[in-house]
Amino acid sequence: MSRHLTIKDHAHETRLFTQRAVIAFVVVVLVLIGLVSRLVYLQVLNHEHYETLSQKNRVKIVSVPPTRGLIYDRNGILLAENIPSFSLELTPEQIVNMEDTLSALRKIITINDEDIEHFQRLLKQKRRFDSVPLRYRLNDEEVARFAVNRHRFPGVDIQARLIRYYPRGKLGVHVIGYVSRIDEKELRRIDNANYSATTHIGKLGVERAYEDILHGQVGYLEAEVNAQGRTLRVLNETPAIPGKNLYLNIDFEMQALADHLLGKYRGSVVAIVPKTGEVITLLSKPGYDPNPFVTGIDNKSYQTLRTSKDKPLFNRSLLGQYPPGSTIKPFMGLAGLEAGLARHSTFCPGWYELQGEDHRYRDWKKTGHGETDLDKAIVESCDVYFYELAHRLKIDRMHSFMSRFGFGQKTGIDLVGELAGLMPSSEWKRRERQQVWYPGETLITGIGQGFTLTTPLQLASAAATLAMHGQRMQPSVLHALQAGNDGEPVLHQAKRLEPVVLKNPAHWHSVIHSMTRVMHSARGTGRASGAGATYEIAGKTGTAQVFGIAQDEEYEADEIAERLRDHSLFIAFAPAEKPEIAIAVIAENAGGGSTTAAPLARKLLDYYLTGKEQ
Amino acid sequence: MLEGYKSRHSYGFSIARSLHIDLTLLVGLLMLAALGLVILYSASNQDMDIIYRQLTRLGVAFGIMFIIAQIPPQQLRFWTPWLFGIGVLLLIATLSGFGVSSKGAQRWLDLGVVRFQPSEILKITLPMMLAWYLNDVALPPRLKHIMVCGLLIIVPALLIAKQPDLGTAIMIVASGIFVMLLSGIRWRFVFASIFTALATAPLLWYLMHDYQRRRVLTFLNPENDPLGAGWHIVQSKIAIGSGGTYGKGWLNGTQSHLEFLPERSTDFIFAVYGEEFGLLGIMLLLMMYLFIVARGLYIASQAQDTFGRLLAGSIAITFFFGMVVNIGMVTGLLPVVGLPLPIVSYGGTSMVTLMIAFGILMSVHTHRKLLSQ
Repeated sequence: MSRHLTIKDHAHETRLFTQRAVIAFVVVVLVLIGLVSRLVYLQVLNHEHYETLSQKNRVKIVSVPPTRGLIYDRNGILLAENIPSFSLELTPEQIVNMEDTLSALRKIITINDEDIEHFQRLLKQKRRFDSVPLRYRLNDEEVARFAVNRHRFPGVDIQARLIRYYPRGKLGVHVIGYVSRIDEKELRRIDNANYSATTHIGKLGVERAYEDILHGQVGYLEAEVNAQGRTLRVLNETPAIPGKNLYLNIDFEMQALADHLLGKYRGSVVAIVPKTGEVITLLSKPGYDPNPFVTGIDNKSYQTLRTSKDKPLFNRSLLGQYPPGSTIKPFMGLAGLEAGLARHSTFCPGWYELQGEDHRYRDWKKTGHGETDLDKAIVESCDVYFYELAHRLKIDRMHSFMSRFGFGQKTGIDLVGELAGLMPSSEWKRRERQQVWYPGETLITGIGQGFTLTTPLQLASAAATLAMHGQRMQPSVLHALQAGNDGEPVLHQAKRLEPVVLKNPAHWHSVIHSMTRVMHSARGTGRASGAGATYEIAGKTGTAQVFGIAQDEEYEADEIAERLRDHSLFIAFAPAEKPEIAIAVIAENAGGGSTTAAPLARKLLDYYLTGKEQ
Repeated sequence: MLEGYKSRHSYGFSIARSLHIDLTLLVGLLMLAALGLVILYSASNQDMDIIYRQLTRLGVAFGIMFIIAQIPPQQLRFWTPWLFGIGVLLLIATLSGFGVSSKGAQRWLDLGVVRFQPSEILKITLPMMLAWYLNDVALPPRLKHIMVCGLLIIVPALLIAKQPDLGTAIMIVASGIFVMLLSGIRWRFVFASIFTALATAPLLWYLMHDYQRRRVLTFLNPENDPLGAGWHIVQSKIAIGSGGTYGKGWLNGTQSHLEFLPERSTDFIFAVYGEEFGLLGIMLLLMMYLFIVARGLYIASQAQDTFGRLLAGSIAITFFFGMVVNIGMVTGLLPVVGLPLPIVSYGGTSMVTLMIAFGILMSVHTHRKLLSQ
């Protein structure tokens, strides 16, 4: 016990404490040295590393979308523009109760379930402080109604954005096309850097073909951001370069006139300036309004368009493949002349028979044309003459001659999706159908039926080639480019194609002369449409038979009758000696070429050449 | 000699002494507090309201320090067991239903007029209690005394850790350990304790809350979770590292002003300072801390009884320890335990506690009998 009662030795304890205090101070200093070493490691040795990280933290590159180039017709009529559109946008972080807000908004603005669905999808992709669009294209009334109630909706606002707008709606859609949201496939194709701020891309027509020019160059903002990514100020700016404006060769007034003249008929009108290849009209009817596609068409409307039996989505001028009918006869005539097989005369009894066959190939005129030479065959559109000629030419010679005019080949127009049509040959039939070519098929090919298919664009282009005595220009829609709205337009030069050179150039005159007689002689099939013209027209009517209807298509009884009627075709150019315009018209189920297509073409020629018939 | 003592130079000291103020310590503390306000001005995005509030707190805290300094250490020693007992009782009360929860932890006691954390009382009364106990023991302490001290430390520490408030628990355990180390505890006990501590670490892991475990894991590998718990450490390292030798300049820290730094006015204020003032600025700050600690240890060594010695020494080292834990945490050397940077960080309760401790230091130093030894 006594050990525990030891008297405290104050001197010893003081010494002991001082000793410990000194040790403590030494440890304190050592710890400080340790801390300083750590700071030297961070601030001196690794300074650059952390400096870089801090810069990366603070500077964000924000891309700025370029303004899309405008599209005009050749006379400066605006066809595609960018208009401010009001959308209703929500900033999630400022909204207390999303459910309540949405249901309250639905009471003052039309919001359908599809909008909500789209919104919920976007909501997951965006950050909480990004504003997320709920409804696009509010009308003025909705904007006003929201403005009055705005105080009830914190975090909800109306935003103005530029969206594409097509003021001429369905009239130009098959040429201009439209822009719509970039889809996944396009996302892989495009230059991601340049499209980093772009939401829409050209899907069809000029918008697609000239996407690169219309789009422009993305701009950048170097912005200082905070930890939440919110932009605080702009440090540096590289402005976006707007896309170039496009002037098209299309004469939109004429396009509108063509649409008007086609009236109730479906069909296509293509007009080309033969000398330059400028496409001044490229109409496919019916069209459709492209504007809903820009903001996202609802499924129901899209299905209606897709399943409509008038096929409004179908671009007939580039993709519609029709039998050319009698419009092929001038080219056949040329082939015959070149081959030295165009007889001076063939007797037409109203039918033609191949040796060793019972089948009679009928002429459209049951009573026959009698003695017929090439001129008369073209003027009166005698089938028998061309049966005979085809029989002598044989299919492969026909094929190779027709191909020189571009039949069975893409014209190479500056639009996407064009089809090549078909100019059959025995080799083609062997390859595609694994069958031999029958002589009878040669005969009907000679009058533009059978396997032969042409697009309206091909017909117009071939007519232009004929007009130019074989000089061929690639059809082009683009007229000029303009950088900036005050920029000087730079003309676009169309490509010259391999010309058709005849052994005897006089044959051009001969066939063209016959074509003028189609329009201006007493027996010409197009005389009604040529009458009273102040210029000379070279033309050829055609009638394409409509072969049966696919079994799965259901038509009303009287509808069948209508849809079984022949297609009315017509090609022409004028003035015959100094051609300024070549045209091809197809009116579906409109009967003979002289009844619908030719009068329509005449009015368009008048418009273009004399300015009449506005 | 009497003439020299009354020289003009010493005159001020004698006034300070009669007011029971240690001028050297006061100057050190005021310089640190002033620098702290400069940093806080930047860290708070130049919010003058926050500066005024911090100034008020500093005023109150320094005022309390002066009041405490007037109480002779003998008086404090006399009250010690009572103060300690009250502290522990309040801790128990906090945990047993009288406490107020905030942010998932039950740390506060609401006495109607004031809300405070009883754990703060223990920060001071625990080292006081140990010093009181060891005051009557012949030093170095024997095993029995060490066991009693251990019990005195572990009971409040566990109560606080249960709240849970790991940071304060660590500080309290540390302050107790410092008392014992200063008391001259034999080195073999020290090493034995370290060994025991290491052996019981897995048990501690088992007792820890999920968020505390996560902090330890995050500390071990912050890059594992750069957007979650590791974010604090990654961002503060970027802030300090990007500051470099000279710093980005006052008010120019991008990490702090663009809100990349969390808790930048409180626990992570050192990162703001490191970013804006660089290594040189940090050296200045560390020198201030060293100055205060050195003065504290000097005061302890001049104390006339064991109670004063051990208490003053423990207070000085604990103050330093708090700074090291905070800077260690902000620079990624230690886990994030949520301790403020003493005197610099924005905040009230711990500031008052700290100043009470410095008041005790001043009391110990200025109530010495001139005729000792």
